[in-house]
Amino acid sequence: MKKIGVFVCHCGINISSTVDIEAVKEALKNYPGVTHIEDYKYMCSDPGQNLLKERIKEKGLDGVVVAACSPTLHENTFRTAVMLVGMNLYNCEIANIREQCSWVHKDKKVATKKAKLIIKSVVEKALLNEELEPVKVPVTRRAMVVGAGIAGIQAALNIANSGYEVVLVDKNPSIGGRMAQLSETFPTLDCSQCILTPKMVEVSQNKNIKLMTYSEVVDVSGFVGNFKVKIKKKVKYVDWDKCNGCGICIEKCPVTVSSEFNQGVGKRKVIYTPFPQAVPNKPVLDAENCTYFIKGKCQICKKLCPPDAVDYTQVDEFVEEEVGAIVVATGYDTYDISNMEEFGAGKIPDVIDGLTFERLLSSSGPTNGEVRRPSDGKIPKEVVFISCVGSRDPEHHFSYCSKICCMYSAKHAMLYKHRVPDGQPFIFYMDVRTGGKGYEEFYQRAQEEDKVIYLRGKVSKLYREDGKIVVCGIDTLSGKYVELNADMVVLATAIRPSAGVNEFARLLKIHYDENGFLTEAHPKLRPVESLSAGIYLAGCAQAPKDIPDTIAQASGAAAMVANLFASDHLLHEPLIAGVNEDLCSGCGFCVTVCPYDARKLNKEEGIVEVNEVLCEGCGSCSASCPSGAAQQKNFTDTQLVNMVKAILKD
Amino acid sequence: MEKRMTVSSQNFKNEDIQKLEEISEVNVYSCYQCGNCSASCPAFEFMDMPPHQVIRAVQLGFIDEILEANTPWICAACISCTVKCPRGVDIAKLMEGVRQVILRKGIDHLNINEIDKKLREQLPQIALIANFRKTIL
Repeated sequence: MKKIGVFVCHCGINISSTVDIEAVKEALKNYPGVTHIEDYKYMCSDPGQNLLKERIKEKGLDGVVVAACSPTLHENTFRTAVMLVGMNLYNCEIANIREQCSWVHKDKKVATKKAKLIIKSVVEKALLNEELEPVKVPVTRRAMVVGAGIAGIQAALNIANSGYEVVLVDKNPSIGGRMAQLSETFPTLDCSQCILTPKMVEVSQNKNIKLMTYSEVVDVSGFVGNFKVKIKKKVKYVDWDKCNGCGICIEKCPVTVSSEFNQGVGKRKVIYTPFPQAVPNKPVLDAENCTYFIKGKCQICKKLCPPDAVDYTQVDEFVEEEVGAIVVATGYDTYDISNMEEFGAGKIPDVIDGLTFERLLSSSGPTNGEVRRPSDGKIPKEVVFISCVGSRDPEHHFSYCSKICCMYSAKHAMLYKHRVPDGQPFIFYMDVRTGGKGYEEFYQRAQEEDKVIYLRGKVSKLYREDGKIVVCGIDTLSGKYVELNADMVVLATAIRPSAGVNEFARLLKIHYDENGFLTEAHPKLRPVESLSAGIYLAGCAQAPKDIPDTIAQASGAAAMVANLFASDHLLHEPLIAGVNEDLCSGCGFCVTVCPYDARKLNKEEGIVEVNEVLCEGCGSCSASCPSGAAQQKNFTDTQLVNMVKAILKD
Repeated sequence: MEKRMTVSSQNFKNEDIQKLEEISEVNVYSCYQCGNCSASCPAFEFMDMPPHQVIRAVQLGFIDEILEANTPWICAACISCTVKCPRGVDIAKLMEGVRQVILRKGIDHLNINEIDKKLREQLPQIALIANFRKTIL
């Protein structure tokens, strides 16, 4: 029998105030297999770890059980310590007597009894643990970034500048994302395009970045270090290799339609680039609205194109890329106004959302930066901004705070006042949240210098009357019902994950929350990783955030990718479920339950085979296996039965 | 006090509000309605409109309510509000501005001849002098 040492931690008084340490030691000292037992105030401290190491050498221990906090916290600490004295790290087990015992009980008697049982069961596990070595996996040192907004651009540049190749994919004809649509950015009022376009140009010039715009990821297979990604290059009807970006086709195209980039308030041609600084600055043709595709006539673009790049026979193209890591930076959409019945459900032309207002403020927008209302082009003299539209409303819409609206509404009101000095901006708010460097000062400036009137309350309804929009709300500060005759209303609608991201998440096998935002591996400690190894998150796809936070997260994701690529192989946890070929009947139950596609049925041999790298050790297969052939390493049926027996014995 | 109101930029163009801002040199838009002025006012309980609400009314352009309130006359100009204000709004000075606006309007103006002679002799001199300020037209 193995010689097991048990080390009981007091965790200051976190454990010892509810668990009688001496009683635990007394109960364990003669337990089969336990050859040494000791307690210490802080096992995780340097002296605590040294104690562990010295006893292993002194007593010739084969395995140790540290009864302390949750293994998610210090398992790594203790395993590293035992490795330093030559013990296989899988011979070090943690018995959680804090989170699962001392913290959840008040009665010392009960807690002490439970602590004894927990430790005994873990001793049983440790007795049958195998010595394991991590699985080595080769790494393709090449990354893919999906979404080329500011998050994707930043991540791609950081990875590329670390010396690795990056495939940057975006569904739109140009990179730039939402940030390219913004007018000026808080709290410095820098022109958004002016600070974004240098980065866009850098992307186009970087030798390590392979840019794939107007493309979508349609399939992902493989695993960390070895992903295979299938990409659909949407048909552009323009041969970009030939196109020199002269723009004659755009100029001469006779058909105009509403521009998505301008949020529908401006027009674009049918053959178009979304905006003048587009990267790549080459057009795509929108066949749905093209006269040639509808009626078979026109062909003006084709006839006039100097390098003869327009090609109506093009079709969608599919390519495959091999990458070692994926950064998901798919960004956001805004909640559609049509969902807001009390605000006209999108049927009042002068009730617009924040992103549309950005286009009206933008110098490259449809009004060249003059604030003119969409219905009649008049300059509005009283503008009402409403925050928390759809946000912070768990009963009807979404429970979360969209985070950026307080700041951008203050910015909108300020910029409006700068453009229309005799106009008056009003902001209806529930709370103003200005956490961020220079943000509170910015908000104070909006009130102090630009005399933005803040009204504290939620608007109950608005309606059109005599060319004005009557806004009904309340100001809880003065306790009065407020009615305002506005010329235009701007709604700070909730930030939503961009359309289609949840299908994409399922493709990647990463999680998303009840609101559709991608889930990070840990809300505090691992905010840039997804729960699937090798897939990282950046920007608003994970949660609403502003530009500085997005950049920080994107750079964080890039650092994680560089970290992964630092070695030419990966070490994968060996706690995986294998197949005992003598027992396996080839029923295939385990193949259907495996969420990681790690198991394949070999029909010829009539057995199941396991891809050790894909297996995450979840144990679903072991639970479903009728013959006991699928045994998870160090969690075998025998170990589990022994553990349960240890608990039930007393 | 009116329960319903129509807020409009016209409210801020009100002559009295502009006069008030000119006299007091206070930027009332700095106020974020924390209420510290009212909380530190020793005469709060005697006022029918606490100091922070006076500022709110100025922000939204409701001068009549301020002119009707007893607040500026209860205010003892102890300046504890001004000292406490986190945004540097000189509320005591604003109150003086309100008093000036009221005085210049001649509201509550007192004619000494209308006071009964006997009562006149009994009234403290300082009260009379204070009231004479209100007679400036």
